[in-house]
Amino acid sequence: MSRIRTIIIFGVLILSVAVHEASAARIGEIVETDPWNQMKRFITLSDRGLRLSLIGALLFGAVCGLLGSFIVVRKMALFGDAISHAVLPGVALGFLWSMSKDPVAILIGATLAGLAGSLLVEAIKRTTRIKQDAALGIVLASFFAIGLCLIRIIQNNEGASKITGLKSYLFGDVAVLDRYDIMTMGVVVILTIILFGLLYRPFLAISFDRQFAVSIGFPVRILEALFQMFLAFAIVISLQAVGVVLVSAMLITPAATAYLLVDRMHRMLWIAMGVGMLSATVGVFLSFLGSNLPTGPFMVLSASSIFTMAYLFSPKYGRFTKWLRYRARVKKVREENSLKSIYHVLESKGLESSGNAILMKDLSSHRKMSKAETVKEIKGMKRSGLVKLEGQNVSLTAEGFNKARSVVRNHRLWELYLTNEANYASDHVHDDAEKVEHFLSEEDVAELESYLDYPREDPHGKPIPGRASV
Amino acid sequence: MSFYQIFIEPWERHASAYWPILAMAFFVTAACGLVGNYLVLRRISLVGDAISHSVLPGIAIAFILTGSRSEAPMFLGALVAGVITTLIIEVLHSRTRIKQDAAIGITFSTMFAIGVILISLHGSHTDLDLDCVLFGKLDFLSSKEKIIMGLPGVVITMGMVALIVGIMILLFYKELLVSSFDPNLAATIGISPRLVHYLLMCILSVVVVSAFTSVGAILVIAMLILPAATSYLLTDRLWVMMLFTLLHSFMSSISGVHLAVALKIPTAPATVVCGMMFFVTSWIFSPTHGLIRIWSRSRVSIKNECVN
Repeated sequence: MSRIRTIIIFGVLILSVAVHEASAARIGEIVETDPWNQMKRFITLSDRGLRLSLIGALLFGAVCGLLGSFIVVRKMALFGDAISHAVLPGVALGFLWSMSKDPVAILIGATLAGLAGSLLVEAIKRTTRIKQDAALGIVLASFFAIGLCLIRIIQNNEGASKITGLKSYLFGDVAVLDRYDIMTMGVVVILTIILFGLLYRPFLAISFDRQFAVSIGFPVRILEALFQMFLAFAIVISLQAVGVVLVSAMLITPAATAYLLVDRMHRMLWIAMGVGMLSATVGVFLSFLGSNLPTGPFMVLSASSIFTMAYLFSPKYGRFTKWLRYRARVKKVREENSLKSIYHVLESKGLESSGNAILMKDLSSHRKMSKAETVKEIKGMKRSGLVKLEGQNVSLTAEGFNKARSVVRNHRLWELYLTNEANYASDHVHDDAEKVEHFLSEEDVAELESYLDYPREDPHGKPIPGRASV
Repeated sequence: MSFYQIFIEPWERHASAYWPILAMAFFVTAACGLVGNYLVLRRISLVGDAISHSVLPGIAIAFILTGSRSEAPMFLGALVAGVITTLIIEVLHSRTRIKQDAAIGITFSTMFAIGVILISLHGSHTDLDLDCVLFGKLDFLSSKEKIIMGLPGVVITMGMVALIVGIMILLFYKELLVSSFDPNLAATIGISPRLVHYLLMCILSVVVVSAFTSVGAILVIAMLILPAATSYLLTDRLWVMMLFTLLHSFMSSISGVHLAVALKIPTAPATVVCGMMFFVTSWIFSPTHGLIRIWSRSRVSIKNECVN
């Protein structure tokens, strides 16, 4: 039951921080905009309004990361985009209900609009021959247009001053968050974390294998409805900070970043939540530096920058790390081939041991490389401590000799395995062994050897060198 | 209020002011709608959305550099931004484990965010502001524009774009038709589906960019898809679908302008709302694919089964 304990601890933490900050009044609008001053104020957290914004950013960043992870693995990214646009008329109607920025009325209105949007997409898909993409486009744009019309109508009736609160819903302005907003956010985040904490496995099942979830008796439709409802919640509480237009990016980008970093869903959730919170905070910081800047785009940009970093440097899937791995592998194969060549030359002279030297020109002709290339290669290997070079004489160090011997050993054992066990003709095995020799592990070789009953010669009658004596 | 007051009077009173807006709205929806037919048929509707979002930084940079809303630099900027976006989506989608939908989502939202930041950093003392991105500027066909044949210059330009789109579709009708429905057949009879795809994307970008200033970045997707989706429910023949698209554009722009005047709201979203109404109407009442038709047919088939 440690999961439940974690949830409770989390809930209490969030609630206590939210209540403490929310009970403090906001200090008025920020007037000075000197970047240095602003930076100082940001870092010292001297401004209560700022602290409120930061808590808001952390809360919605976490919940966006959580739901976004499910969206990304379920390939529903564009669905999330459509729903986030579709909540706009609900925001306007919620505003119309009480004629003020009442967070609960707006939350209810927007959630209903979001659900109506996803129902409409489903209905269009089911009853017509219009496909998902067009259905999403229709709902997205139509709902958004209705929302824009409603906002303008409210503006016409109530005057422009009333509308300022509503304007921040479009591109996001974290500075307008007040204590009630934060309280609402806190409640929603706690509910979401409780729900996903308790129903983690069912949600996992419907995300990765819906058929399986149906077959073991999960109430899939109810779960999906719940998921969409909480998706709408997450979108709605993020609206004021990020804005309708860009909220989908805060769902998708942190989750996609986590998707590039890890393979397990529960780790992905944590990382996505972390990235969400981080990018929201950086967004608040950047928009805080200037005056009158919308917050949403900055949050999205910082999320995208983190994504780019993950794209380049992710330990497993990063482009740069992959490239480094590739380079290292190329180098290893080249070096091992050269070592093997030296060994072959030594062998042809019957001189297999670490001290004996061969001539550079023998090596280059055996390796089928030009003289200059060979010299460059040997100098590189000298730096790795594999060979010694004296004038034109190349000799193997003890380490180099052991390596060379094990590569040749791998090669010949593999050839023998292919001819004896896989019935290859003995003149067809060389190319395959040429590739495999570099990637056989110690254990593989030991197994191969015992399987072949400790052979002494390869199919071509060449001796298989013994295990390296260390 | 009488029929006259609601439907006739606004037109009589402000006719001269609304004709250019109406013409502009029609040209935009018609050009978008014609291209949109192929997007809906090829199931790539959201590409239109992605393009309209991601050209924003290009347009913003061109606008900031030249300080005017002249077409050529804006097209150039939009083109560069569009190409960059396509490349990034392609790289993300093919080189990582990120799926295509997430790749599109990440890329276009990032580009859009850059655009919004550029516009808001540059301040509101120009013609291009965030309202323009959201609502479009259909209502502000300013009197600064030079008048040609009784219509402002931008309207003429948009009309030309619509005309060119129409001509292109007429010229390549067969190629577009075959490659949309059966790419393999197209390849066998010597039409390169890739080439046609890129041609379509070019036309799409031109339309999206020229529609940008009048309907904004977000509502373009509605102009692209609503007419096509509506006519897709009414007919099975492509050329009839095209005609229905034009009809839909015409009706939604007239009623949109009317709604906008009546409620004093921006024209672009009003047009979209009206277009949505027509879509819902055809969804329910279409003689071939409408909801009523489907329900009655299913009842007939149940009855037949009972009789048998």
